[in-house]
Amino acid sequence: METKVISANRLEDGIVVYITKDNNWSECISDAEVFNDEAACDEALSKAYTAEEACIVVGSYLVEIEQKGVYYNPTKYREFIRVIGPTVRPDLARQARS
Amino acid sequence: MYVYNLVDQSLVNQRVQQFRDQVRRRLSGELNEEEFKPLRLMNGLYLQLHAYMLRVAIPYGTLSSKQMRALAHIAVRYDKGYGHFTTRQNLQFNWPKLKETPDILADLADVQMHAFQTSGNCIRNVTADQYAGVAVEEIADPRITAEVVRQWSTLHPEFSFLPRKFKIAVTGSKRDRAAVRVHDIGLIIKINEAGEMGYEVIVGGGLGRTPIVGVTIREFLPQQCLLSYLESILRIYNQIGRRDNIYKARIKIVIHELGAKEFTRRVEKEWKTIRDTAIDLPVGEYERIRAFFAPLPYQSLPKNDAGFSHLKFENQDFSHWVRGNTLPHRQSGYSIANISLKPIGGIPGDASAKQMEVVADLAEKFSFGEIRVAHEQNLVLPHVKQTDLYSIWNTLKEHNLATPNLGLISDIIACPGMDYCSLATARSIPLAQDISNRFSNLRRQNDIGELSVNISGCINACGHHHVGHIGLLGVDRKGEEYYQVTIGGSADENASIGEIIGPAIPYDEVVDAIERVVETYVDLRAKNESFIDAYRRVGKQPFKENLYVTN
Ligand code: SF4
Repeated sequence: METKVISANRLEDGIVVYITKDNNWSECISDAEVFNDEAACDEALSKAYTAEEACIVVGSYLVEIEQKGVYYNPTKYREFIRVIGPTVRPDLARQARS
Repeated sequence: MYVYNLVDQSLVNQRVQQFRDQVRRRLSGELNEEEFKPLRLMNGLYLQLHAYMLRVAIPYGTLSSKQMRALAHIAVRYDKGYGHFTTRQNLQFNWPKLKETPDILADLADVQMHAFQTSGNCIRNVTADQYAGVAVEEIADPRITAEVVRQWSTLHPEFSFLPRKFKIAVTGSKRDRAAVRVHDIGLIIKINEAGEMGYEVIVGGGLGRTPIVGVTIREFLPQQCLLSYLESILRIYNQIGRRDNIYKARIKIVIHELGAKEFTRRVEKEWKTIRDTAIDLPVGEYERIRAFFAPLPYQSLPKNDAGFSHLKFENQDFSHWVRGNTLPHRQSGYSIANISLKPIGGIPGDASAKQMEVVADLAEKFSFGEIRVAHEQNLVLPHVKQTDLYSIWNTLKEHNLATPNLGLISDIIACPGMDYCSLATARSIPLAQDISNRFSNLRRQNDIGELSVNISGCINACGHHHVGHIGLLGVDRKGEEYYQVTIGGSADENASIGEIIGPAIPYDEVVDAIERVVETYVDLRAKNESFIDAYRRVGKQPFKENLYVTN
């Protein structure tokens, strides 16, 4: 199975977040918990749906990534842009925000 | 400008209260996303790639200084200091927080604005010629009609859940700047032989997956029958429009499948049954609305001011801007000043809060407090004295708002694309920036002449790529951004849908390809022949041959 993380948008402000090992949500993909098998994905997704019911996030889904050293790079361009922010506004990029 | 009466204001205020409660219930978990989503969309609130996006309605692209200042305030207070003017003459904020959206709507309501009917399967914000009431060749001011349509369509109970979204555009000029032929309904104001005002009614135009130029179903509709006729069209559409297939749900597909003749027959039949009911506005109500758009207290000024001519003579940059971005006004001694939101290498349609404030101040000081938004994603100061142009230009220049590129190749229409939009298959904005940078030389742009490049990040065609002289549609090819090139589109009175020239090309090759298309035109054009005219004369072949040549 491809390596995956779980992403969603935070309910109150819509910001992109990823589920973490300690079952929290982080704006930073490098904090994300990585899944390599279907059962772990299913389990994590059900945790994400619980977070949706608890009004923490909205629209959880699995995102395919490639692990390059310490970096997690989504394989799809769309997801890459969700990680970095609008490519045309470097001033609003994730790095600029944190 | 139209000013809300108590009914308008209380409607908008009530909506704010309702939405405040809906947001509260969503955040507390009383409503889940499935229940809440239709409610937020009814208030123009989308969830996009990075955040929520709020689309604010700017009815027929008309704004006051006060309203523009409120938008600037919202950009600073609740967003990231900017907004994006769209091809629907609206404004989008890209980063509002859900919990603050009711406050934003309250601030909008304070200046007689809102965000409803900017989403959903309803009649959307009506659009019109940005030069309404000031264009020299105008037959009648389309804003009166647009305002009537706005009031009629606002929260219309029968048409709040149509098979699909529905867009109406109005022009009062022979020169179509409102793209009426590519709207669900396009209205062209006409005067008949008896001197009465009415409309040519065009139906079934649209872009998106199935681009179609609309058909005229009535050559002349008397003005007083407008609403009963619109109601008839919408009713027939509402009854037979496909709700089972989103790709076949627009009125253009209904007309395509039923045939224009049969569709017209049904509309006319329906109209006969309702035309004498109380749907149409009494003359007095038209007059009440017309009074809001009465001619302004212009000064009597000579057609040409000697001081103004002298300034143009003395200052070449100013002269270029006047030639490129201003137009004659109906009133002697006045001009229409276009403000380009397309600086070289900039993001089409984006304006910072500071720029919004600058435009608001200029409008207040020099343009009777009025601003227009063009569907080409530019702004307009519609009533400016020639003698004030120099001062306006100097201020615009200080704020990067004086690029003299109106209608030129760098005046690119681009949707937000994959930089913001969750439906996108590719980016639009960086391509627009790259093309703009490649053709940054204004002398070269002027030599090329009128040429529209329109870019959409997906088949939904918010960037109007089908009707760009050159159109670019972003597609995903195995995870890579590719662009399909169309040539020969046009949104004006000679509307046409661009032809696909061949296979899509990768991002990195697009700018060179566009340059080859432009050079092909430059080589083959006749004297004073525009790009679109040359294309119509020679067809796509020479462009195709050069588009795919690589070194
Ligand atoms: S055309 Fe597609 S990508 Fe562009 S704004 Fe519309 S939906 Fe989004």
